[in-house]
Amino acid sequence: MDLKKLLTPFTAWGNITKDPVTIKDPFNERPGADRYRGFHKNDIDQCIGCGTCEVICENEAIDLVPVSDSKDGDSGLRPMIDYGRCCWCALCVDICTTNSLSLSNEYTWVSTDPEDFRFVPGVDKKDWDNNEKGWKKPDNYEFYSLKRVHMDELSPEERSDSFIEMMKGYSKEQAQQEADRCVQCGICTATCPAHMGIPEYIKAIRNDDLEEGLRILYDTNPLPEICGRICTHKCETVCSMGHKGDPISIRWLKRYIADQNPSEKYKEILEVENLQPKGKKVAIIGSGPSGLSAAHYLALMGYEVKIFEKLEAAGGMMRYGIPEYRLPYDQIDKDIDYILSLGVEIQYNVTIGKDITLDQLGKDYDAVFSGTGLHLGRSTGIPGSDNKHVYASPDLLRWIVEGKEFEVPESVVVIGGGNVAMDITRSMARLQMVKYGKVQVIATALETEENLPADLEEVVEGREEACIINAGWAPVEIEIKDGVPTGLHVVKCNSLFDSEGRFNPQTDPNVKEFWPGTMIIESIGQGMDLSYISEEFKTKLEFGPRGRVQTDEYFQTGVEWFFMGGDIIEGPDVIHGIANGHKAAVGIDIMLNPEKN
Amino acid sequence: MAKSKLFTMNEDRSLYPELDVNGKPIVDLTSHKYVKIWQGPQHPGVTGNMSLELTISGDEIVESKTHVGYLHRAFEKLLERRLFVQCMPTSIRLCVAEPDTNEYVISNAIEELGNIEVPEMAQWLRMLSLEMARLQVLLRQVPGQAGTFALGLGYQWGSYIRDLILDSFEELTGGRVYHMYIIPGGVRGLLPDGFKARLLEKLKLIDEFIPKIDKLIFNNVVFESRARGLAYIPKEWVDEYGIYGPASRGSGVSRDVRKTNPYLKYDQLDFEPFVTTEGDVYARTEVRRADLIMTVDLIRQILDKMPEKGDIKAETPNVLHWKIPKGETYSKCESSRGEYGMYFVTDGSAMPRRVNLKGPSYTHANALLDKLLINANIADTAAIMVSLATCPPEIER
Ligand code: SF4
Ligand code: SF4
Ligand code: SF4
Repeated sequence: MDLKKLLTPFTAWGNITKDPVTIKDPFNERPGADRYRGFHKNDIDQCIGCGTCEVICENEAIDLVPVSDSKDGDSGLRPMIDYGRCCWCALCVDICTTNSLSLSNEYTWVSTDPEDFRFVPGVDKKDWDNNEKGWKKPDNYEFYSLKRVHMDELSPEERSDSFIEMMKGYSKEQAQQEADRCVQCGICTATCPAHMGIPEYIKAIRNDDLEEGLRILYDTNPLPEICGRICTHKCETVCSMGHKGDPISIRWLKRYIADQNPSEKYKEILEVENLQPKGKKVAIIGSGPSGLSAAHYLALMGYEVKIFEKLEAAGGMMRYGIPEYRLPYDQIDKDIDYILSLGVEIQYNVTIGKDITLDQLGKDYDAVFSGTGLHLGRSTGIPGSDNKHVYASPDLLRWIVEGKEFEVPESVVVIGGGNVAMDITRSMARLQMVKYGKVQVIATALETEENLPADLEEVVEGREEACIINAGWAPVEIEIKDGVPTGLHVVKCNSLFDSEGRFNPQTDPNVKEFWPGTMIIESIGQGMDLSYISEEFKTKLEFGPRGRVQTDEYFQTGVEWFFMGGDIIEGPDVIHGIANGHKAAVGIDIMLNPEKN
Repeated sequence: MAKSKLFTMNEDRSLYPELDVNGKPIVDLTSHKYVKIWQGPQHPGVTGNMSLELTISGDEIVESKTHVGYLHRAFEKLLERRLFVQCMPTSIRLCVAEPDTNEYVISNAIEELGNIEVPEMAQWLRMLSLEMARLQVLLRQVPGQAGTFALGLGYQWGSYIRDLILDSFEELTGGRVYHMYIIPGGVRGLLPDGFKARLLEKLKLIDEFIPKIDKLIFNNVVFESRARGLAYIPKEWVDEYGIYGPASRGSGVSRDVRKTNPYLKYDQLDFEPFVTTEGDVYARTEVRRADLIMTVDLIRQILDKMPEKGDIKAETPNVLHWKIPKGETYSKCESSRGEYGMYFVTDGSAMPRRVNLKGPSYTHANALLDKLLINANIADTAAIMVSLATCPPEIER
């Protein structure tokens, strides 16, 4: 036996004189590391209750539960975590769409009540709520792409002298890539006035099942080609993805589905071959979005529907108010022709109140829906605005569509900073480019640059097309010389609303400018024309703020058979009109079939 | 030095049961010559919840049968019901002692089939976490081998340093045991500020630890006389049984995935796995001692060579809808126990179609252990088992 090997191990006795290395827990506090994955925290004001954390949790430790406080673009739910199931993987933190969720580095928690360990972080206050340390989503690390897939468009040079559609549409790869970014939370659906099945149709794109996509679109929106191009996309302003990155291009994805389905196949795809007639008739005044939407859903229910349209073609403001480069006519026709193919009749060039009275319609039809829209231009009323070379934007936009001849001057001033103002500004710029090879249009808005009511892309694109868009100026006077305007005097506008939020522009008369122009276009909003309703009839209706007729949730007025919707009631925008028309169709069905309820 | 003891049929077997035509002992329990006892599933000498059905004669084992199933949680099946990213928290539970190898093989399989290129920085960080994982295993395992002969002191020393390494894991990954650090596409964080210096400082403790256990264990007459010649694995068995890692390198066969199929950045590191030919428990412990020293060296090399900054994660499709085209792959790495691989099949859906884990424990703890225990003294059972480093959760996926 090797004696050395017998004795050497005993050198370990040398440790007797050393201090122990153990930590005396719980007497010595040992904080978790800075990244420790401890107990959950949720910044409740940031969280939107999208439920993505719930979806990713493989342990099903998260349930979304209702809470009392909620905000716009918020489901009103918050994640409740069950520590009987959680494994502290923090996938929920990494995927959180708002970065509201995190883990503190706290890891001891004693309670005698097992129920305590199911809690709503941020709502049920905990000691570690203000603990800054713990796991957060790492930087430069995402579970989905934050960047929107760009849609190809015509360059400013290509488009500046033409009304050809500017946005080229998504390819299949682009659409699928964009659809992939959606977390399917449905926050958008709640905000969309028509409550479209957005996550569902986006899923259909991912699955490349565009027929299913079309069916989902038509469940709530019979004008997808149109909405897919010009919808005000309120959904995108609340989209969960917009909190950390770009919101999903919901509008373009809708357009993609509609674009990819050929109109010849619509009836087959949408399974509308054998509609059962109900033997009842409904009249619709105006073929704008609300009228068309009502007509579509009523026709599906088996009603005989007839639309009365004042102008030569259907579509209302969608055709006569939106320039072709944003919404080509053939796309409007695709949506409308399909609705007409369901048996909806339409009579053009007929004015209610003149050619046929509203009362007469009420007698001839079982119900009447009116969606006559806002077609009257508003005037600023400033000196010179009564000159005949001062135009209202709806008139000019309509003339362009109708092909009516009018003088395109070398210099134009547009008063207004909304989307309609941008439409007329950019349309006039195109006409000038065709005629003179150069552009001189100045749009002048009361609002400051950051608060311009027009969509940002409209402003950016307008400027790319050489339009001048001046924000923060108030029009004072149109200078007239020899019966023709020479330009617009403006003064600096510093604020629009007073401390109580009332419209009360504050101007500085010392800072002034003169924008030259021989044509002045006022585009400061539109009004409704209810002259087709007789005074006697009006006494049966109830009027609310801004001269709007009061209706119930189904858009039924004080007169049982008379329903109203669209811009004259809500909005103004296309999607509210579509939603109103749909709801009114349901309301009319309920009214005409009391036995069903 | 004691001679290695190889079980042969030529020994005097008068005390032992006769063998049937298949070479299995014919045990007549009513003869009172034999006793059946169960070691495990809760025996502290068992490396996890596994059970050995031992037939003994006196204090010698005449037959052993490994029983598994106590830990079965159907992990492979569960993974078929998980989105790819959701596989991660489940996968780490496939082997508790060294969860990082699971994170790596599954992420690697997903990336390979999903066509994802992992950024350079993330590859270095992955390698660091894998070597740190090996380190914390070996810190327990090397002295732990002596623990099976009732010499627990080295194990305590090793556990202390291991705890400090777990502190480093906590800093880097947010977790001590289940790290969830490697994720499809990359890793979940850069090195925290000052991490490198702190880790290097801890590695110095291991430099001091080695001579201490050398004195305590490797220059210990008790350890030597019990471990030498024990559970001898002849070189031919390495291929016959499919033996991996330190167990194969203890029997003269160099097997290390890091060398034979370099993955991550191992081709940029300078190392030579230790090989010896003795084939017994002592040899396997020596191999692990050398591995421990090599791991410390590898970590130093990694910390020295890795870039300062870089992307930690490649862009992947949205993890909620990530579908991977039809395909199959075998993704492997070198764990502290040997080659650790995963056969992974995808069918174009958002979840794996089939996952099959192949770790060394399956063969080591079943066929090999059954064989090695025959003729062994019952007091050496734990030592033999630990020398194979079996991990029951890995068997019972
Ligand atoms: S993912 Fe984030 S924002 Fe969405 S519900 Fe969960 S904690 Fe709230
Ligand atoms: S940490 Fe992991 S297990 Fe826990 S709630 Fe979040 S996702 Fe679920
Ligand atoms: S589009 Fe945006 S808000 Fe809508 S479901 Fe997808 S991620 Fe959620």
